[in-house]
Amino acid sequence: MNEALSRREWMLAWSLALAAAWHEVVAAQAHAHQAAQTGGAAPLSYFSREAAAEVEAIAAQIIPTTDTPGAREAGVIYFIDRALATFDQDKQQTYRSGMAELEGKRAMMFPRSKSIAALDPEQQLALVKAIEGTPFFELIRLHSILGFFGSPSRGGNHDLAGWKLLGIEDKGVFEAPFGYYDAQAQEDASR
Amino acid sequence: MSRPPYRPSEAVDFIVVGSGAAGGAVAKELSTGGFSVIVLEQGPYLRAQDFQHDEIGARFLHALTNDPKRQPVTFRKTEAEPAELGPAVTYGRQVGGGTVHFTANYWRLHEIDFMERSRWGSVPGATLEDWPITYAELEPYYTKAEEEVGVSGLAGANPFDAPRSKPYPLPPLPVKSSGVLFERAARKLGLHPYPAPMAILSRAYRGRPGCVHCGFCQWFGCEVGAKSSTLASLIPMAERTGRCEIRAESYVRKIQVDRRGRVGGAVYFDRNRREVFQRAKAVVVCANGAETPRLLLMSKSSLFPQGLANSSGMVGKNLMFDNDAASCTGLFEHPLNEYKSVQVTRVVQDFYDSDPKRGFWGGGGIDARFGQSPAMFGLDGLPPDIPRWGAEWKKAVSHYFPRMMRLASHITCLAAEQNSISLDPKMKDDWGLPAIRVTFRNHPDDLKAAQFLLDRQNEIMEVAGTVKKWSRPVQEITSSGHLMGSCRMGNDPKRSVVDRWNRAHDVPNLFLVDGSSMVTSGRQQPTCTIQALGYRAGEHIAEMAKRGEV
Repeated sequence: MNEALSRREWMLAWSLALAAAWHEVVAAQAHAHQAAQTGGAAPLSYFSREAAAEVEAIAAQIIPTTDTPGAREAGVIYFIDRALATFDQDKQQTYRSGMAELEGKRAMMFPRSKSIAALDPEQQLALVKAIEGTPFFELIRLHSILGFFGSPSRGGNHDLAGWKLLGIEDKGVFEAPFGYYDAQAQEDASR
Repeated sequence: MSRPPYRPSEAVDFIVVGSGAAGGAVAKELSTGGFSVIVLEQGPYLRAQDFQHDEIGARFLHALTNDPKRQPVTFRKTEAEPAELGPAVTYGRQVGGGTVHFTANYWRLHEIDFMERSRWGSVPGATLEDWPITYAELEPYYTKAEEEVGVSGLAGANPFDAPRSKPYPLPPLPVKSSGVLFERAARKLGLHPYPAPMAILSRAYRGRPGCVHCGFCQWFGCEVGAKSSTLASLIPMAERTGRCEIRAESYVRKIQVDRRGRVGGAVYFDRNRREVFQRAKAVVVCANGAETPRLLLMSKSSLFPQGLANSSGMVGKNLMFDNDAASCTGLFEHPLNEYKSVQVTRVVQDFYDSDPKRGFWGGGGIDARFGQSPAMFGLDGLPPDIPRWGAEWKKAVSHYFPRMMRLASHITCLAAEQNSISLDPKMKDDWGLPAIRVTFRNHPDDLKAAQFLLDRQNEIMEVAGTVKKWSRPVQEITSSGHLMGSCRMGNDPKRSVVDRWNRAHDVPNLFLVDGSSMVTSGRQQPTCTIQALGYRAGEHIAEMAKRGEV
């Protein structure tokens, strides 16, 4: 058991001091929080490797890698792949036609190019800008953001890259003070 | 009388349709009163381990709410328009109903809410009426609900609150940064902020643990049982009597009536979509403000050609929605970390009552909250001047997310007869039943009240020291999770559906208890009142049944 977990258990046990079945509650809480995080690399089930690389190149423009991880590092493509194979099967057609159209645009804009993935980043950005506002762009933006910030159990948000970007501490159990202003108020009150 | 599970052919004392705020309270009251009860709940029976910190499941895949893919809903603003597919109503769909995923704001109505028509007169274009009951009549049941489900708050802290016979059973939850900023600003403006009454345990209570402040609260089920859903509080009490059977994944399609015009049971689809007829001596429908009128309208018979309990033609009419059209968001210098803990810790009700000087009817409360979850925020949480994707967007989400709070208002929604739940003539759900059709358009005063409250929010946000604030313009509401008024309570059988005890005017052994009973909207946050009505009706039905009057 690591240190963070034992602290979680200690805090839970404290808040449960009067509760009957606190062992069960600790287990449920740990499950709720951690089941959400067991994601990681999975095999692709809908896209081919090549198709996945093309889609990932778009997602990586929507959420680029900067000084912090982006869609690529967060494994957003695995979320999209799983979504299209499961609950978003009815979106497969939008991807098929959207990507076909996009490959056409690429060939027009960059005549000697072979794939979106092989374009340089400025070219990829120009290509994404060319489809901004289309239904396909909105769908791939939706999927990229869901994959980046959603629970890792859905296939993306590897290493909690999305939550870390938002400053979310990975604890699942907190106690006051929660932020700067309530901490300040607590201090004022104790003076 | 035998023990659960009951056989369909044996007539139990009561069927309760729905297990949410009202259904849970009614089932608990009737079963502890000595009666055999079957609760027919259309959703599944989820347990603590089923509740996960999975935003995609909870907010995008309808894990805890009605799924418009399987149960489509159509919407139109007026009867002149064609109704089109749209997620116009949201309700909790599991044992515990909406109390599983709700924000847990637990506001009592005020005394004025029950008699606004007498006090302020009629409003053109609306069907404003007094309730047939008073606050004083409901007060003991508010108290009982707060005590049994477990509510945290500070009695006496809100000078506008109605009289209470007892303090809250639990102290308030710890204040968040949003609450601190809001409270300071509100005081500077001469307002009266107070700790939010929340149906969430601030400490361990009756064998349940206190809140662990995980932050996956609104839209999520509580995995420790600190949120006071009926699943965590009242359903276990009902089951412990040994007389109450919770029959989950049982989707009622018709309430059956005998030749004398009394109900004799309910027909439902079980989890394998087989039709079952369960006999009962009486039925209490607590299916919510959309599903209750729908079920009555689907229960047509030769005795009730317009739908069950609908001789008045009022079933489904006077629908009231959540009026949350005002919301101002602000950015602050330091991190608030609002993603932790419960949504709301401070509220003001200074603008609750109507005031003819304002030039419109209505009022509302204001609270400080976050109202975001990570993916929803990434999609839609930034101000309109920030790009929607790319490096600049990414930098902004990182900066804004910990430093934001949102002020929300909970505002009157005037009832009008043309706003209604009806059966869509064409659209069917996955079970082949007619889809819910919503006809709804805000009264102009709803929007004026929202604009007034948005102006007040902007003042508070400014005084709170925001470095940047933004809001959407006030717009007509087209979807709601608060579903009220559609089987109105009243003394006149021609103008209402249930009497002052929630008994259908037309059918002596049929009772309707949920948001549909509400005559006015209050200032939203209806769960507390729905639950008090459940307790009051449950107790009274049990007494009548003991006297052989049901």
